[in-house]
Order: sequence, then C-alpha cells, then structure tokens
Amino acid sequence: MMALAFHLQVVNLLAALLLLISFAMLSQRRVVGLVTLFAWQGAALAVSTAIVAGTTGQYHLYYSAALTFGLKVIAMPWYFYRLVRKLDVNRVVEPLINIPTTMLIGILLVIFAFNLALPISEMSGTVTRSTLGIAIACVLLAFLMMITRTKAIPQVIGFLSMENGLFFAATSATYGMPLVVELGVALDVLVGVFVLGIFIFQIRETFDSLDLKHMEKLKEK
Amino acid sequence: MSSPATLDAHVLDLAWGGVLYWLALGASALFLQARPGLLVRLIFPLGALGALFVAGIGVAGLLLPASSMVLPIGLPDLPFHLRLDALSAFFLVLLGAAAFGVTVHAAGYFRSMAGGPLALLAMWYHLFLAGMAMVLLADDAYAFMVAWEVMALSSYFLVTTDHKIAEIRRAGFLYLLIAHVGAVSLLLAFGVLQGGHGDYTFDTMRAAGVAPFWASAAFLLALFGFGAKAGLVPLHVWLPEAHPAAPSPLSALMSGVMLKTAIYGLLRVTFDLLPMQLGWWGTLALALGLVTALYGVIFAAVQSDMKRLLAWSSIENIGVILAAFGLTLIFRTEGKGELAALTLTALLYHALNHAFFKGLLFVGTGSVLHATGERRMGHLGGLIRSMPWTAWLTLIGALAIAGLPPLNGFVSEWLLLQAFLLTPGLAQPYLNMVIPVAAATVALAAALAAYVMVKFYGVVFLGQPRDPALRQAHEAGWPERLGMLWLGAGCVLLGLFPTQVIQWLEPVVRMLTGQRLPGIGNWLLLTPVSAGRASYAPLVFLAGMAVVVGLTVLWVRRVYHGRVRRSAPWDCGYPEQDARMQDSAEGFGQPIRQIFAVFMRVERETPDPFDRQPRYRGDSRDKVWLLVYQPIADATAWLSRQAGRLQHGRIQWYLVYSFATLIFLLVFAR
Repeated sequence: MMALAFHLQVVNLLAALLLLISFAMLSQRRVVGLVTLFAWQGAALAVSTAIVAGTTGQYHLYYSAALTFGLKVIAMPWYFYRLVRKLDVNRVVEPLINIPTTMLIGILLVIFAFNLALPISEMSGTVTRSTLGIAIACVLLAFLMMITRTKAIPQVIGFLSMENGLFFAATSATYGMPLVVELGVALDVLVGVFVLGIFIFQIRETFDSLDLKHMEKLKEK
Repeated sequence: MSSPATLDAHVLDLAWGGVLYWLALGASALFLQARPGLLVRLIFPLGALGALFVAGIGVAGLLLPASSMVLPIGLPDLPFHLRLDALSAFFLVLLGAAAFGVTVHAAGYFRSMAGGPLALLAMWYHLFLAGMAMVLLADDAYAFMVAWEVMALSSYFLVTTDHKIAEIRRAGFLYLLIAHVGAVSLLLAFGVLQGGHGDYTFDTMRAAGVAPFWASAAFLLALFGFGAKAGLVPLHVWLPEAHPAAPSPLSALMSGVMLKTAIYGLLRVTFDLLPMQLGWWGTLALALGLVTALYGVIFAAVQSDMKRLLAWSSIENIGVILAAFGLTLIFRTEGKGELAALTLTALLYHALNHAFFKGLLFVGTGSVLHATGERRMGHLGGLIRSMPWTAWLTLIGALAIAGLPPLNGFVSEWLLLQAFLLTPGLAQPYLNMVIPVAAATVALAAALAAYVMVKFYGVVFLGQPRDPALRQAHEAGWPERLGMLWLGAGCVLLGLFPTQVIQWLEPVVRMLTGQRLPGIGNWLLLTPVSAGRASYAPLVFLAGMAVVVGLTVLWVRRVYHGRVRRSAPWDCGYPEQDARMQDSAEGFGQPIRQIFAVFMRVERETPDPFDRQPRYRGDSRDKVWLLVYQPIADATAWLSRQAGRLQHGRIQWYLVYSFATLIFLLVFAR
C-alpha cells in the first residue's frame, strides 16, 4: 500500500514536471532550447510510463517506455540538433503573441483541461487517473505553441509534444493502448518527422527562409 | 377489347415495354453515328411508332382498372414500383399523342445535322421520352425521382445541343439549376409524405395519413417543386431562356409534354397521396395561377422572338391550368363535388389541348427556322406564300391557342369559365367576392392570348417579307408536314368532339374527385351542367361557319363584280409601300408595353432622325430576375466570398481553426 502510494507520488511528480516543461516550451525563444526541453519531456514521459508499468504489472508498457526513450529522448533530439546546426537557425525568434499573454492563455487552458478531465477521471479505474487533466493540458499547450510559432522547426516540435501529451493521456487513463497501436503510432511519428524534415529543407530552398509567412503566397487568389 | 382479362393483366407490362423500347432505340442510335441518314429515317420514325404505342396503352389504361407491378431493378431491397391508373393513363395518352407528331416532325427537322451530334441527340431524345413515361408510371418516390432526374438531365443535354454558343450554355445552366432546386423540394415533399414509416412507396403514403400541418408542408413543397418544373411565376425564369435554346421539336416536347408531367405530379400528390385537401391551398394555387397566366401573356405580347413568345405563352397556359387546379381544390373542400369535377375536366382538357397546339406552334416555328435560319420576327414576314403548308397548319394552332371556336382551345377555356360563372355561394365571403375577379382575369388572359397570336401569325406569315431572301424560303419536307398535320388534326378533332373527349376523361375525374359531371350532353351538343344553363355545339358552329363563308365567297364571286384583284397587302392605297413600313412585332406589342410598363424593364434604342439606315431595337425584360434572382445570386456570391476569407494561407490561422474546433467539441460534445 505504501509502495503504491510512493510510486503514485513519483508519477504525479513526473506529471507535474511534464506540465512544467510544456510551459517552459511555450516561453522558450531559442530553437536549441526547445529541442532540449523536448528531450526532457520525453524522458519524463518514459520514466513515468516505466513506473506505471512496474506498479500495475502491465509489462508491455515497458516496451512503450523503451520506445519513447529511444525515439523521443535520443533519436529525434539528435536529429533536430543536427538540423538546427545545418540550417543555422538558432536565433531568438519572437512568437506571434508575446510570452506573458501566451502564458496566461496557457493557464486558462490548464484550468479548462482539469475541468474537462474531472468527470472522466471519476469514471476511470486506473491508479494514475488523477494525471489525466495534466495530459490533456499538455496536448492543448502544445497546440497553443504550434499556433504561436511562425518557424517550421518549432511547429514540428509542437506537434511531437502534442503526441507526448496524447501518449501520456493514454497511459494515465487506460494503461496505454495495445502495443501494436503504440508501435504503429511510434512509427508514424518517426516517419512524420522525416517527412517534415524533408519539407523543412524544401521550404528553405524555395523561400530562402524557414518563416512560414512565406507560405501565404501559396494562397489561391 | 377481345380478351379484357389478358389485356388487363398485361397492360402495365406493355407500358413498361414501351419505355424499354425507347431506351433501346436511344442506345442503338449511338451505333449509327456514321449513318445520319439512317438515324433520321429509321430511329425517329420508330420512336414515333413507340409514341403511338404508348398512347394506345394510355387509352387501354383509361378503360381498364388500375394495375400495379414491382420491377426487379433498382437498389437492393428497394425495387421500382409501377402503377397504371386512370390519371397516369390520361397523361400517357397526352405524352404519346403529342410525342408522335413531334417525333415525326423531328425525322424531317434534323435531316441536315451531322452524324455525331445527331446520334447523341437521338439518344437523349428517346431517353427523355422514356423518362417522362417512367415519371407517369412510377409508384414509389424512389422510382419517381430517378425518372424525374432522367427527364431533367436528358432535357438539359437536349437544350444544350448547340453548346458552342455561350448564351445557350447559360440557358442550360439556369434550367438545370432551377430543375434541381425543384427536385430537392420534391424529395423533401416525399419525405414528409411518408409520415415516418421509412417506406417510400406511394401505397404507404396513401395510408400514412399525415397530420394537417405536415400535409400542408408537403403540399407547399410539392407546389414549389412541381411549380419550378411547370414555370410558375416567379420560378419561370428558365422557361423563356431554355425553350428558345433547344432545337424546335425539343421545345415542343418540353413545352407540350414535360410541363404537363409537373401538372401530373401536382395532381398525384394533392388528390391521390395526401389524405386531405385544405381550402387555402386552392386559394393559393388559384392566385399563383392567375398571376402566372397574366404575367405570361403580357410578356408574350411584347416579345419579338418567335420561340421566346411561345415560351411565355406556355407560362400563360400553365397559369390557366394551375388556376383551374386551385379552383378544383376550392370546390372540393367546399363540398361542391360536381363543380370540382367540371373544373378538373377543364384542367385535363386544357392540358391535352396545350400539348397539341403548343406542340404544333413550336414545330411550325421549327420549320420556319429551318427554312429561313431566322426566328427574330423583325426579319420574317409574308411566309404564307413560300411556305403554304407550314403557314396554314400553324394557323390552326394559332387559332386554337387563341381560343377560337370550333377548335380545341375554346372548349377547355369555355368549360373553365363555365365553372367560374357557376360558382354558387361558397362558404367564405371573401372567396365569393374574389372569384368573379379571377374569372375576369382568366378572360383577360384568354383575350390577350388571342392578341399575341394575331401578332405572332400576322408578323411572321402575313404581310410582305422583311428580307428579300425570304421569297426563296423552302417549304417544310414531308415528315415535318405529316407531324404538323397530326397535331393540327388533333386540335380540330379535340375541338369538334368535346363530349367524346370528356367521356374519356371521366375515369380520371372520378378517380380524383369521386364525382362525375352532372351531364355531358350528346355527340352534337355539349352541356356540362344542364341544357338550359349552357350548351355548345361545335359541329353546328362549324357548319354555320362553312355556310356563311361559302355563301360569302359565292356572293362575291358570282353575284358581286366577281373580279379578282391582287395587290400588296395592307398598303392602304399608298403606292410606295415597302416591307419596312409594315407593323413590326415591337410596334404591335407597344400598347401592352405601355400599359404594363411597371412589370418590365424596357431597354430601347431609338434611331437618330437623320440616320440614313435607321434601326430600332427594343427589349422588354422580366423584372422578376432583378427583384428575386439577382439578390439571391448576389447573396450567394457574398457568402462564398466570406467563406473564401477563411483561407488566409497562414498556417497559424488554420491551426487556430483546428484548435477552436477541438475546444468547441470538448466543451459541447462530451
């Protein structure tokens, strides 16, 4: 009983970290910093998944945790560091909405997410159900980040961070999806990142910049 | 009828066979692209034979009890239901008889078309005929709508036969648009009619017994949907555009027959499928019909294009038919069954008459167009000398549509006016006050229709040719003459033997109103109510006319001076007369244009007094377009522009859309 409570406390702590990192990402102006935060978020997610696996005996969650660690903590950040160095885009970029306002909107979203999660977590019978609100908040915050950023790489990171939130929601509400689904999602994310990487190169070659404002030219007149 | 039992069992099979026959003809036309001669000399005459066959089925259907069958085609679990009762049989007769004359005419009219387009045209033509027959036979909403769409689409492709002309493409588009708006309305009407059973056969609808509110909703939807097809004001805008755009035999079919399928649908829904009729429906239909009739005839009077004039005249006739429909409803709901029977008889009679005389006038116009390449009345004239057959046969149609005895147009309008005049005290005092005004409106429309026909016939066929080339205009070929002869004979016979025709109509009237006429009279004397009240003897009238004309001719030739003097017509003793001095189409319509100027937007170009080559151009346009359709078009364009503004090209905004949708769904759809 005691052990369970301790584990739960750790999971809750990791969940709080996850949310904190999401806010940090919202306020981060540099791309390299963003990639580092993304890696940390992945790490927190992997650890919490592993703990949930150990606590509940859902052993397939170990695979998920390993997959998350491998992909989101090592492979993707490494790829992004390389990309940033190659494209030389590590400058301070002001988001569309200034950072304090973004944070305020973020707080509203977190309140909304907790409000939303309340009835669902009452229905759910998992030990980790209290973290569902945090998971939804992570998804919404990542979405908000995508909206406020104008450059291509932060957008991709926002997308991946959203996937982190979804994954966390799945773990906390239902002990994760079946392994096959998780493998599929992981593969999708991997492929998505590669495709987006190719797009990023293409965008730069076409517009000589990674600023997505230039894509407005594609609008039908 | 040697073996009524076997014919009884198979008459619907035969009707369906007629539809299949037309479909097969249409399909085989596609294989004859390389042989245009064979197409006109074989496919069209065979199609005409099919029309005669269908008309025969219709006659049999009028005499036999209703029969129905289920076809093994359609969607799985949703087969086509067919039914042949007196109402569909009557309209099959109308379709077959009018289509026979028109198709025979078409065999001559299309002789100079190239193989490829002609094959397509022959295919759509027969598909169109088959579609109309299927509309009349359908016994469930699904089959009805499929047939209705086949009819609409095939006629769209026929309208746009000359699709290389931008104006014709525009007319076709307008037609297609309004046809589909109407079809959507019909679909909704059937949806209401099935009353939540989920079963769309007409049998279920008859038994559904929808509540009065929903019955009214279904009636209004049906009125809108069928009105869009029939050319009810203000849904008529496609008609004066599409009819002139189509080749003439097609205009004849569309105007003479296709508009009647809408009348058929209206009768079917109102009197057969709906469990009740309400009085205010009749008032509404009567008012709309009268407006349509008057509006149509006024615009017909100011047209200067032959086919456009006839198209507007079709709107007028549809208005008269619809007014009769409204009056039938009023009488029926007031419990005056015999009067309802009388009005319905007038309605059906007029529908049949219109198919004949409008068909005749349109194919006659087609022959003129073929011979001269011209349908602007300002460039025609004096054709009676170079095209005597066409001119004399068209004269029959013109006299019939003008409502002159002893031709058929007179009979139906006379019957309708009788019904108006015989209106005894209805329960509603307002209605009692309005009915005489309505009767006056119908009479005014009939009189103006005669005026329109004087203009039409006088400008095109009489006087002097307005163009020297017209003197060499060639007469229509034999197939065209035969087609016109058939339709003209129909106009004469329907006018001469009204009691016989009314007897044939009797099963339909009994089916829809449950009543029969109080009296018909005998073969000589038509007495729809009683001999003391009103009677009409067309044969006697004809004999009287013949005697008077014969005696006059005899007197002038034998007793008076007896000389024949030939001179230019209408020269009033002025020796320097030329064709430009004749009354023109614009000039003839001028008084009407002055009186009813409020309804129209008149554009005129008057010549300069010092102009050596003076030209006059006048164009009277429909204001409905400006007042109703232009705002709708503008609003649609505005809305789509607003919707277009959603597309920024900024990825952030697209993300905001997704985000807002996500939040919205999370809040409201949990």
